[in-house]
Amino acid sequence: MGDYPSRSVNATAGDLGVTPRHAQGAGYGSSPSNHDEPPLGGGGALPKKARFSIEAGFRGLSTASGAMVLVIIVAIAVFLISKAVPALQANTGDFFTQFEWAPNEANPSFGIAALAFGTVLSSVIALIVAVPIALGIALFLSHYAPKRLATPLGFVIDLLAAVPSVVFGLWGRDVFQEPVRDFSIWLNKYFSWIPLFGGDGPFGQSIMLGGLVLAIMVLPIVTSLSREVFQQTPGMNEEAALALGATRWEMIRTAVLPYGKPGVIAAVMLGLGRALGETIALALTLSVAFDISFNLIENGGNSVAANIANSFAEANDTGRGALIASGLVLFAITLVVNMTARAIIYRRREFRDSAA
Amino acid sequence: MSLLEQQSPGVVMTPDNIRTRKLPVVTNVLVAVAAFVVAAAVVLVPGIGNWVLVVVLGWVFYLIGLSVVAGRIEGRRAARNRTMKSLIYSACILAILPLASVVWTLVSKGVARLDGNFFGTSMNNIGARDPEGGAYHAIIGTLEQVGIATLMAVPLGVLGAIYLVEYGRGKFAGTVRFFVDVMTGIPSIVAGLFILSFWVLIVSPWFNNGQPRFSGFAASLALAVLMLPTIVRSTEEMLRLVPGPLREGSYALGVPQWKTILSVVLPTALPGIVTGVMLAVARAAGETAPVLLVAGGAAAINFDPFAGNQQSLSLFVYQQAGDASRYAPDRAWTAALTLVALVLVLTVAAKLLARRNKLSR
Repeated sequence: MGDYPSRSVNATAGDLGVTPRHAQGAGYGSSPSNHDEPPLGGGGALPKKARFSIEAGFRGLSTASGAMVLVIIVAIAVFLISKAVPALQANTGDFFTQFEWAPNEANPSFGIAALAFGTVLSSVIALIVAVPIALGIALFLSHYAPKRLATPLGFVIDLLAAVPSVVFGLWGRDVFQEPVRDFSIWLNKYFSWIPLFGGDGPFGQSIMLGGLVLAIMVLPIVTSLSREVFQQTPGMNEEAALALGATRWEMIRTAVLPYGKPGVIAAVMLGLGRALGETIALALTLSVAFDISFNLIENGGNSVAANIANSFAEANDTGRGALIASGLVLFAITLVVNMTARAIIYRRREFRDSAA
Repeated sequence: MSLLEQQSPGVVMTPDNIRTRKLPVVTNVLVAVAAFVVAAAVVLVPGIGNWVLVVVLGWVFYLIGLSVVAGRIEGRRAARNRTMKSLIYSACILAILPLASVVWTLVSKGVARLDGNFFGTSMNNIGARDPEGGAYHAIIGTLEQVGIATLMAVPLGVLGAIYLVEYGRGKFAGTVRFFVDVMTGIPSIVAGLFILSFWVLIVSPWFNNGQPRFSGFAASLALAVLMLPTIVRSTEEMLRLVPGPLREGSYALGVPQWKTILSVVLPTALPGIVTGVMLAVARAAGETAPVLLVAGGAAAINFDPFAGNQQSLSLFVYQQAGDASRYAPDRAWTAALTLVALVLVLTVAAKLLARRNKLSR
């Protein structure tokens, strides 16, 4: 690519004949926004738009980079499917109903049902625990805390969102497991008549531990997203509510929450997406089991992502394909969740722009 | 309604009766004490739990008692306001406890192996009974993998953002923008599986006599896939903040659009772009799953990212956590502390840079 160091000088001087190289120049003299039209005015002095110009090259390069995102998403689907299909064909069990994961045997047999169930159950527990608390903190930061406290606290929450998941997993296994085990034993002693808390143990490395660790990981994300939404509430709405005699909570209920609802839904969905795809924290906290059980406190539980991390080392060709197939299911689930969340945000954005 | 009920008709409004009555602080404290005494009696006398249950139950009793008492004195609406405020404050306290515990554990357990040996040696020839061994190879791996991933993702991401802001019009740009957002939520393990099935199983055999081969470069590819959408999004937001008159001034001087972008728009938005890149790098440095799937992990130092297994810091934490040696947990926690320090330094630097950025809102 050529370089034109003194373009603007030449442009004002207008001595185009002296440097014929400039006649081939990139988009020279044309207005930048509409390249296809001939330049207005200037008669024959201004050069024609060149067919192959740096402008067109740069435009093409950046367009290609933008399109790369679509290429990658399609490529993910294509390559995962291409590696999953042979394993699925070798599967002697039913991929959707089989309750075991033995793809490395001579007669491979594996099913996604128990894994998908564990993924969904742990994520749901995480959200049930995390979302009310996260909304409470978000409201605290946006409407209750004094600014001197809210700014550093918000900063800390943002930092916690950056802590790697392996650290949370390690903490969950080494530290948090003890209190959760004690709590599980207590629950089992007094509430074993509820099927969720039944069983005879051992307790501790349960779906509840995994779900709670996930909740702690999701908390900063949901908090910081919904705090931003709450802060964007128009001051006029809040003041109008207060002027009508609303208490602070009534103001929040009538002005802040309705305004922030789509944003909060989107934040929760994004948190759900994060929880569904979480690998290492669950691989460290759950103890492997392959069944569908609503028992929250007994050792066991599994998830698609944790199973991939745990069984990858000893997987043969079919085993790898089976893991890739389960990853494909996870990809599809998170894609749907994320697209729904984004669609909500986008609808919201149009609404706000038109209202503004 | 309570406000109206309390003013009997015919009474002239004075500063004393124009306001509703407030709950006295003494009453508030009395309710708290009563609640915890009742909770202690309920829990400890039959012996159904320990002090944790007393605190939890006492807090619940306090909230109930407060709403009842405040409802009698201040009226229903004010009581509701007070209860919700208490709930929101308790949510904060409840969330701070585990997060503080994470930080405290990280520091207290992490300092155990924080010595020169840890940062100067690898795990090569370290048996289960050796207390030595370190994360030198893992630090090398993390730096190389994240570095190469940044080199790949930054140009692609910045150019993609330039397309979205400067050139993109119509349906295609909308689709790209939508899928950039969707791609932000792709689980890291899926990115790892993608590179596994694409690079490790299909492409790498071409360079290695038909044998699939793990490498640090494959991990870089996976990390780049994860970084790309974050970089596009943050860069796009920064480019949108560049004032239009700057661009127009450049166009008016006859500078073509590509040169305007490179020499006017990008330098103006640079601090913001760097912030976004640093946040993306911090995220990528903490990813474990893709490295586990495509770089494999190793005990020895491997400087070559293109051949052979490579370790990374987060994977080192995971593998030491699963190791049966009684020295492994110390190594895991120290590596975790190192990793968090690395990530936090990057994040804090990025946030401080963002604060100094003149363009930011």
